Amino acid sequence: MTQHTSNLDQAVATLLTPGGLDLNGLETGLSHAMSAGIDYADLYFQRSWQEGWVLEDGQVKEASYNIDGGVGVRALAGEKTGFAYSNQITADALMDTGKTAASIVRSGKKLPGQAVTPVSAAACYASVDPIAGLSADEKVAMLKQADRVARASDPSVSQVSASLSGTYEVVLVRASDGTLAADIRPLVRFNVSVIAVKNGRRERGSAGGGGRYSMAKLRDAGVAERYAKEAVRQALVNLEAVDAPAGQMPVVLASGWPGILLHEAVGHGLEGDFNRKGSSAFAGKMGQRVAAKGITVVDDATIADSRGALSIDDEGTPGQNTPLIEDGILTGYMQDKLNARLMGMAPTGNARRESFAHLPMPRMTNTVMLAGQDNPDDIIKSVKRGIYAVSFGGGQVDITSGKFVFSASEAYLIEDGRITAPVKGATLIGNGPDVMGRVSMVGHDMALDPGIGVCGKEGQGVPVGVGQPTLKIDELTVGGTQS
Amino acid sequence: MAQAFDANAQQSVLAARAQEALALAKHLGADAAEVGASVDQGVGVSVRLGEVETVELSRDQGIAVTVYVGQHKGSASSTDAGSDSIRATVEKAMAIARYTGEDPAAGLADAELMARDVPDLDVHHPWALSTEEATELALSCERAGREVSGITHSDGASLSTGEGVRVYANSHGFWGTQKGSRHSLSCMLIAEDDNGMQRDYDYTSVRNPSELRDPADVGREAARRTLRRLGAKRPATGTFPVLFDPSMASGLVGHLMGALAGGALYRQASFLCDRLGTPLFPEWFSLEERPMEMGAMASSPFDGEGVKTRDNRFIEQGKLASYMLSSYSARRLGMQTTGNAGGARNLRLRAPLSSFETLLQEMGRGIWVTELMGQGVNSVTGDYSRGAAGFWVENGEVQYPIEEFTIAGNLEQMFADLRAVGNDTDTRGSIHTGSWLIDNMTVAGS
Repeated sequence: MTQHTSNLDQAVATLLTPGGLDLNGLETGLSHAMSAGIDYADLYFQRSWQEGWVLEDGQVKEASYNIDGGVGVRALAGEKTGFAYSNQITADALMDTGKTAASIVRSGKKLPGQAVTPVSAAACYASVDPIAGLSADEKVAMLKQADRVARASDPSVSQVSASLSGTYEVVLVRASDGTLAADIRPLVRFNVSVIAVKNGRRERGSAGGGGRYSMAKLRDAGVAERYAKEAVRQALVNLEAVDAPAGQMPVVLASGWPGILLHEAVGHGLEGDFNRKGSSAFAGKMGQRVAAKGITVVDDATIADSRGALSIDDEGTPGQNTPLIEDGILTGYMQDKLNARLMGMAPTGNARRESFAHLPMPRMTNTVMLAGQDNPDDIIKSVKRGIYAVSFGGGQVDITSGKFVFSASEAYLIEDGRITAPVKGATLIGNGPDVMGRVSMVGHDMALDPGIGVCGKEGQGVPVGVGQPTLKIDELTVGGTQS
Repeated sequence: MAQAFDANAQQSVLAARAQEALALAKHLGADAAEVGASVDQGVGVSVRLGEVETVELSRDQGIAVTVYVGQHKGSASSTDAGSDSIRATVEKAMAIARYTGEDPAAGLADAELMARDVPDLDVHHPWALSTEEATELALSCERAGREVSGITHSDGASLSTGEGVRVYANSHGFWGTQKGSRHSLSCMLIAEDDNGMQRDYDYTSVRNPSELRDPADVGREAARRTLRRLGAKRPATGTFPVLFDPSMASGLVGHLMGALAGGALYRQASFLCDRLGTPLFPEWFSLEERPMEMGAMASSPFDGEGVKTRDNRFIEQGKLASYMLSSYSARRLGMQTTGNAGGARNLRLRAPLSSFETLLQEMGRGIWVTELMGQGVNSVTGDYSRGAAGFWVENGEVQYPIEEFTIAGNLEQMFADLRAVGNDTDTRGSIHTGSWLIDNMTVAGS
């Protein structure tokens, strides 16, 4: 791909040239880490520029700019990993960090170097600087528009906060297996949060989204107006919310962002590291039924321009569409090189790291349940008494016991097949393998989330996406206050 | 392999960088400016099943600059600390300040509030530990845990040690610096029965390595906590008193402080707006902040904008006595800063304390919560709904483990329903508290 070549040239110019390095200089750098006894080593160069704007009280109150960068050097020997990093990208820094990373083993065979193989991958997003896509005046105008639209939407709106952020990231990976890969990753996000006050009650509503593209696309898509109206709508719904019920009942999840169910209930449990270590509730279940028939779940890094997309992962493996569960049967794990090698599997392009200063791990990209056959209206009609959950705050899972939670921020009662009163936010709790077996209806309306997810694992945050159609879970525990 | 780290030399370097940035900001036309700079260095070793898994050496640095041009504010930060980068950072902050609105509340904290002296609070105790020694400590921790009968598997043990220096300076002429250290050891183990696997963990985290708990004790405690979860059932749905383990109770204090934070209050995003002076807890309960406590986790003589820290009483005999304010949020609310830019430092309860057994007796029949999951806390309304695991208590005695249930209520009601506090104080974090017994929460289970 032409984009691939230009990405590499640009990465070299951005990351290596300023410190007096070039691609040949990386061979020497890598040789420090590939000392006797080391099976594999990699150098991960990164530089990122992040800009953030926050509007409150109708004015831009905060504007910030952050520059981060450096090199992380990793050396592997069997199941051992040595890791060091530096803010400096120079030959000296590569020598220091390389020797430090390699100090996990003192002896063994020195492996020969592999011929360099530039990685060729299809681009899942354009190599643009998203921050340069709009002028500062245009960014301020977008934020002010969100404020105006929100305040004009309803007299009960008392506070409006809007934010715009963009990150431009340049990455270069050079590994001892010959890998040479570069990526240029844009990421933008627009968010609106409002407080509405009525009859002494105060509620929040929020909406947002984004992806791997220019800030100009956010403006052209009209997100300021759309998210402002959506945030106000959600706050007004919550002003009318009654106490949520407590106990086990059918739960219908709307399409899109409620897919964090998948992320928590099955996604983390199918990451290669937990399965290699045998600490996941899904360990040893390959080829077995782990979900109801009709359920197919994939992790798809190739969804163009999406927040979770990756053209190459942080080890230089091309991003892929990896089947995890096919028609209810567990068929795949998400892998990085270390865990794939130790499990005798192939890497799946799921190695991710928060930055050069963090170790890569198997992580999700866009975790998606494919569409089924059911009409969403029929799914609602099939429920006598239950909950219809539309939006969620966040979730968490204990991968060992399989218990997971996710917290609804907009939900409704279903009574006799009809959506009725909004209910206050409540946490839903279940056990991943159980719940996936209780999915009885799958809608034909698969949708991706708007681009808002951040996944945390071992203290590292990475952007992710989720997607799913409308789903019916026959029984799930709803943590309301009305027992 | 221990990296050289000369904290005093780093202090001088950071102070010089901060002064350089302030001078540059003034030169470029800023009316006021403030700079934070830091360097942290550490080593982390993790082991699993008796073998080293990772050895990580970390060294992080950063500089953050905020400039004020009139009442317009701009911020920029960088992890690159060269002179070119400092210049680029200040220029970027100046450039971006042209686009922010005029904010009457913007600006440095008042000059007369700056901390005058910066005493040593005994929070810097570096640990010259080799990788081999660190590995041996982690191995002995995991080994002791795995030796406990019933432990079938391990998620490993980790030892991390680190120290750092931070400097804050502003154009009032104030500059303050602090050195600090932190050392921790943790272990997570797995046990299995016919119902599946359970895991749990224990940890120790200290400023001074001489106070680190015995590694074998941490491993054995992780084993005990893991084994007691085997055979968990689901509790019935209903309304019960809930006893929060100390580490869970400190989360409740955290929710309280989040609602008392100036930023939440002026945005009307707190369930405690306009509640100053009103009763929130029972009369026997007070909560104070002790930022100058020697050797404590969050001690500091100055806050995030150079203001001298002070002892605060947030809850006085049950009443909401003070908000938690920076000078910006104070100006927005028409109040005075409480020296809390950057948050609260060392929160301590003042309350009569009961033994754990007394708390169980007092509860009689209910739920003892040892783990909470998820983010189900709404700071605007105080509505609370979280996933939980723990133990069923009957006749004041622990009966069996329970899991896969939620506890729900409203924080305001939960605070009013606080019935007793335990003497089993957890001192590992910056919030010190024992267990909390709270009446009447809704439990959703089977």
